[in-house]
Amino acid sequence: MSKGQILRVTGLVALLAAAVLFPVVFSNPVYTNYGVYTLVFVAVASAWNVFSGFSGYISLGHAVFFGSGAYALGIAARDWHVTGVGVFGLLPLAAAVGAVIAVPFGLIALRVRRHTFIVITIAVFFIFQLMAYNFSFTGGSSGVDAPFLPWQASTYNNPFYYITLACAVGMIALAWLIRRSRFGLQLRAIRDDEDRARGLGVHAMRVKLAAFALSGAVTALVGAVWFFYLTQVQPPSAFDPLFDLSVVLMAFLGGLGTVSGPVLGALIIEPGQLWLTANANGYISEILLGALFLVAVLLVPRGIIPTAGEYLRRLTTRGRAAIPTASATVPQAPDPAPAQEAQR
Amino acid sequence: MAREIYQAITDGILVGGVYALMAVGLTLIFGVLDIINIAQGIMVILGAYLSYELAARLHIDLFLGLLVTVPAMFVIGVVIQYAFIRPLRGRERMSMTLLVSYAVALIIEGILYETFGADDRQLSAWYVTSSVHVFGFYLPYIYLFGFALALLLVAALYALLYRTGFGRSVRATMQDETAARLVGIDTNRVAAITFGVGVAVTAAGGMVYGATNSFNPNSGYDLISRLLAIIILGGLGSIGGALAASIFMLTLESLVDIWQPTWAIVVFYAALVIVLVIRPTGFFGRQPVRAQ
Amino acid sequence: MTALLRTEGVHKAFGGVRALDTCTIEVDEGTVAGLIGPNGSGKTTLFNVITGYNKADAGEVYLADRRITNSAPDKVFALGIGRTFQLTRIFPSLTVMENMLVASQHSRTGARKRAMEQLEFIGIAGYHAALAGTLSYGQRKLLELAYVLVADPAIILLDEPAGGVNLSLVNHIANRIRELNAAGKTFLIVEHNMEFVMGLCDQVTVLDSGTVVAAGPPDIVRTDRRVLDAYLGEDIEEPEDDPDSAEDE
Repeated sequence: MSKGQILRVTGLVALLAAAVLFPVVFSNPVYTNYGVYTLVFVAVASAWNVFSGFSGYISLGHAVFFGSGAYALGIAARDWHVTGVGVFGLLPLAAAVGAVIAVPFGLIALRVRRHTFIVITIAVFFIFQLMAYNFSFTGGSSGVDAPFLPWQASTYNNPFYYITLACAVGMIALAWLIRRSRFGLQLRAIRDDEDRARGLGVHAMRVKLAAFALSGAVTALVGAVWFFYLTQVQPPSAFDPLFDLSVVLMAFLGGLGTVSGPVLGALIIEPGQLWLTANANGYISEILLGALFLVAVLLVPRGIIPTAGEYLRRLTTRGRAAIPTASATVPQAPDPAPAQEAQR
Repeated sequence: MAREIYQAITDGILVGGVYALMAVGLTLIFGVLDIINIAQGIMVILGAYLSYELAARLHIDLFLGLLVTVPAMFVIGVVIQYAFIRPLRGRERMSMTLLVSYAVALIIEGILYETFGADDRQLSAWYVTSSVHVFGFYLPYIYLFGFALALLLVAALYALLYRTGFGRSVRATMQDETAARLVGIDTNRVAAITFGVGVAVTAAGGMVYGATNSFNPNSGYDLISRLLAIIILGGLGSIGGALAASIFMLTLESLVDIWQPTWAIVVFYAALVIVLVIRPTGFFGRQPVRAQ
Repeated sequence: MTALLRTEGVHKAFGGVRALDTCTIEVDEGTVAGLIGPNGSGKTTLFNVITGYNKADAGEVYLADRRITNSAPDKVFALGIGRTFQLTRIFPSLTVMENMLVASQHSRTGARKRAMEQLEFIGIAGYHAALAGTLSYGQRKLLELAYVLVADPAIILLDEPAGGVNLSLVNHIANRIRELNAAGKTFLIVEHNMEFVMGLCDQVTVLDSGTVVAAGPPDIVRTDRRVLDAYLGEDIEEPEDDPDSAEDE
């Protein structure tokens, strides 16, 4: 392994160790609460990015999955009388619900142009929110409550912290694998020029749908965990337009289409949002979120990670061309014989 | 029963006219700038608040107040386009402008909350509460005036687009921005003014909306999602389509409302999804809505 | 020689504009065929119809006597027809190597190796790690040719391969085409660069207003009166029928 690779791996291991030890060092539930929320968003932003960032189809309706996962867990626990720690066993169900919703959702939404796709995701989002309010099995506006967990208050957060950490790490690893795979390549080709990709044999609909379902499943899973943590879910919290916007902003700020971008974005924005909600007037935080967005788009339009990467590249190459120029590889002087033929 | 249906249809058409006012601006902005202005919803609410302030503090009639609010919103629109949308470049331009407009919407919503609070308001005037009695139907004056205003504005927009030199520039830019620039059209100016016009029209829509609904800063979400559904259905960029789709959707919702009020709004979105499955370009869609 | 690619009586209209009218062409296996004609004569449209990007209103397209009319682009590609575009279409945010890998999904094992070989052959191997979006126009043309080749198509349709590039690059491309042809690949090339076409092609077909006006070896075609008419309009004067005057051959 090269020196750079060793450095990178060590860095990752250190980061992971820090994350694992965080609740031990900062055991105050206030801090671990920040941890749980932040990790929830790290996972969701990463999941969102694997679909939207790679394929270029911006989804403003991922709350559909988040909320559905939450409701799925709650309703299953309620109707099947599952209590206590056993509820965690229902998590795969939540993920499955997310994937199942993604299929018809995607089949309709992914056939259209990108502008329209965004609007369809918004429309479906509102449909789900309305359904949550109006269906009886979702509990209407009171929503669904989670079964009681007989854990100590001082360490209540910790298991949730580690579960969300596992989700986040798992999603990041998945994102990394996808980016290196042929599947990821096809997604990114679709983002650049879908028709051309199709012309070269890429099964665009299948690829997009698969990414959408994967993204939806993970988001639903995390939504279910979040629901259990909060012990309740209601329509406005499960299907919250600000949720989608935050997720998009996180991925965008960090860098769409990169693996570490959404992670960085979530690490920056979520603690900030939490702090603002606790300490400032709720509406001020809205203004600030919007303002931060504008700043991000205008100053780092490609996201922090790509911009930083380019900055570093510029520093290390310091004006020299990073790759050999044309004359080195493409023959300059024409062969005399063929030239004669060409001019006949 | 039949009577209720007729009333519902009439209501739907009239309310559809109001929504047309708001949708037309949105679809125009898309057609020229190729962006979806998510802030249009909150702009309507802003227009409503402006009309409210003029009426409450200066006792200016709602329709007269438009002479102030419409130019004011035009200026706001131009400023927003110039400051936040014009600088956006690159391949991600479409998603970036969408997010920017979403951000602007958030900021405006927050400002409205801070300034006016979260209470419901509604605009009032003599014509808001009284109706004309025709053939046994109640037609509230405000809706009639609103519908007339909508027709007037749509006609004015058509005149602008098809009878003026500026309108020609706008249509040229809509078709091919590079070609338009090559023949000397200042597409930046066209974009800014079109955005301003699109937003200014919402001032009128906002006034009528505010008179016919109680509103607060949170009303923007519901509004923008309806408007988006309408312009997709009518075909992105088609003004006539926006008008037709507004009337269609609102009439549909009004009819479903007779049987099941809580599901009426879901039908709204469901109709959108169904139409898109059958006919991806919408009613009068110009461009193929094919996956690009 | 058998016709590897054949169209028969293809019609294509866009609204009121008749782009292709009873268009019948033949490309023999192992040849380099040229397709020329004035602007708007339907050359790119014919390519689009053959490769499935446009649907033919009438007529048929055959690949080795197999009917492929109106097949989807990916099917056409899978059957062995590769195609480049007038305005190069590459994947800008992917690296050059990744561009190659998108097209080479049919050959899983050794895909990278094969891609590298093609890049070396074409001459841009040094750029394999560069983002395709940073390539110059000429380099993009080469990349497009390379990734079309990587799937080992039987016939390659090139849409203005020499357009907008300098002379040395034009010759470089011509040489690559010659080498590939010597190895058995068939080409159908749309070009405006007459020297390029005449020097490279075994057969030339001339389109005007969507119809074939002439077809044959380059020397015969370039002096055909109908071809001159097509390019220069109808103002060609008929020279007097004088057996003594020097006539062009």
